[in-house]
Amino acid sequence: MDDLYREIIIDHYKNPGYRGILDPHDISFEDENPLCGDLIRIDLRVNEQGVITEAAFSGHGCAISQASADLLIESLIGKTIEDAKKITKQDILDMLGLDTLGPVRLKCALLPLKVLKAGVYGLGEASDKLVEEE
Amino acid sequence: MPQSLPVELDVAKIRADFPILEREVRPGIRLVYLDSTATSQKPAVVIKVMDEFYRKMNANIHRGVHTLAEEATAAYEEARQRIANFIGAKHAREIIFTRNATEAINLVAYSWGRKFLQPGDVIILTEMEHHSNLVPWQILAEERNLRLEFIPVTADGLLDMGTFNELLGLQPKLVAFTAMSNVLGTINPAKEIIQLAHQAGALTLVDGAQSVPHLPVNVQELDVDFLAFSGHKMCGPTGIGVLYGRETLLHTMPPFLGGGDMIRKVYLRSFAPNELPHKFEAGTPAIAEAIGLGAAVGYLENIGMDKIKAHEHELITYALECLSEIPGLTVLGPPADKKGGVASFSISGIHPHDVAQILDRYGIAVRAGHHCAMPLHDKFNLPATTRASFYLYNTKEEIDQLQMALGQVIKLLG
Ligand SMILES: Cc1ncc(COP(=O)(O)O)c(C=O)c1O
Repeated sequence: MDDLYREIIIDHYKNPGYRGILDPHDISFEDENPLCGDLIRIDLRVNEQGVITEAAFSGHGCAISQASADLLIESLIGKTIEDAKKITKQDILDMLGLDTLGPVRLKCALLPLKVLKAGVYGLGEASDKLVEEE
Repeated sequence: MPQSLPVELDVAKIRADFPILEREVRPGIRLVYLDSTATSQKPAVVIKVMDEFYRKMNANIHRGVHTLAEEATAAYEEARQRIANFIGAKHAREIIFTRNATEAINLVAYSWGRKFLQPGDVIILTEMEHHSNLVPWQILAEERNLRLEFIPVTADGLLDMGTFNELLGLQPKLVAFTAMSNVLGTINPAKEIIQLAHQAGALTLVDGAQSVPHLPVNVQELDVDFLAFSGHKMCGPTGIGVLYGRETLLHTMPPFLGGGDMIRKVYLRSFAPNELPHKFEAGTPAIAEAIGLGAAVGYLENIGMDKIKAHEHELITYALECLSEIPGLTVLGPPADKKGGVASFSISGIHPHDVAQILDRYGIAVRAGHHCAMPLHDKFNLPATTRASFYLYNTKEEIDQLQMALGQVIKLLG
């Protein structure tokens, strides 16, 4: 039996540490997965050195997208914007403790990263290209 | 026994006709396929005729005089005749092969719609349409400045016939609706809607993607003008669908796609279109698939559509009972006596993707999402639902497994 719903995912899904909205914020972006209607918004506060001091996510979706968002936000705090730009698909899979994920659920897992990248790059819209492995 | 008295299906025998139902999704976990509304599984007879076509008969059809071409043409046209008989069409030439229901509806929108609709004309649709009976009309409405109106869906998932009657006062040119909702399962009163539409001077198009596979359908009895459906949802292959059109209407319509086969005569600067149905079938069609669909129709006819309908009614009645025992679970749509074998549901606090993923652990295949009916989900204020759907090969035991597995979902994520 697969254990996609391992403890770390269930934990972060049921008891997220970083759910919320930051107002005011320095960077905010949101996007939707049109396949399932999952929605993620990420808000960041950044200091003069470009370090992320506070971060939060909001929205709704499946356990995978929500847990992925919470883990991603947790990893961001204390990082610089430049570091955030370097986060990869593999980093997300590692955080979730998953070796692989089917193509449909991969979209769920990567939605938060896509939102983050569109936000930190200051793009008008998010695209899948942002999270494809180079 | 008279045909009108449905007797029980021999489901064990039917299951043996579908090789895929033997499959284990992973070691020791047998497939429980509850996703036939998306696409049905295929019986061995369908797989076999397609395989044999390629082994023994493969040739392009029409115009060939060699033996293979003649055999292939005969088999293709015989499939058309079988399908005409299956839906009670007067003539085989009223059966136009398309890729699927979607293409059949687009054919009507592009050919009939562009020729006959003027700015300000009204088309009536319903709020429960699949995107395939919505977007083609939106595209046409944009291009031609048409007005789209919608029969509302009530809280219990039925069409609001009172409002429909009022909308008919707008003198619509077309009423296009699904005979059965792929989300709510609602079986709409197609005959009544068609009658009322005709009285108001409108033509009618029925999206039969769900009704033709699951209910007895007779186009002459319905008196419908256009009927669209897909082979892959009725035990046939993908890549083949049907547009039925009333012959007199098809004659007035210009061709859809241009190319080979759809012409009678071609000059450098003009052409004369071919006769029906070829006028609407440009290019080499899906020959093996059409023959496969012919076999599928034969298979369904042998079993009997009335029996299939009765079997699915029994399953949905049982499923709604079982699902009602699960705390926090709500099923969309009307009660069992007004719907086919479709149960779309939400479980409070649990996302449909998670439900479907956990059910997959138990080998249970269901669908999660908006099922190509985003406006309908908006109406019920749900981004997505989980849908279990049934067909002739499903059993009550499979519904028991679904209930058990949903209990596990709630244990894990509830
Ligand atoms: C009611 C309804 N209409 C149309 C379609 C479209 O069928 P296809 O994708 O085969 O064209 C579907 C398929 O899900 C359907 O359920």
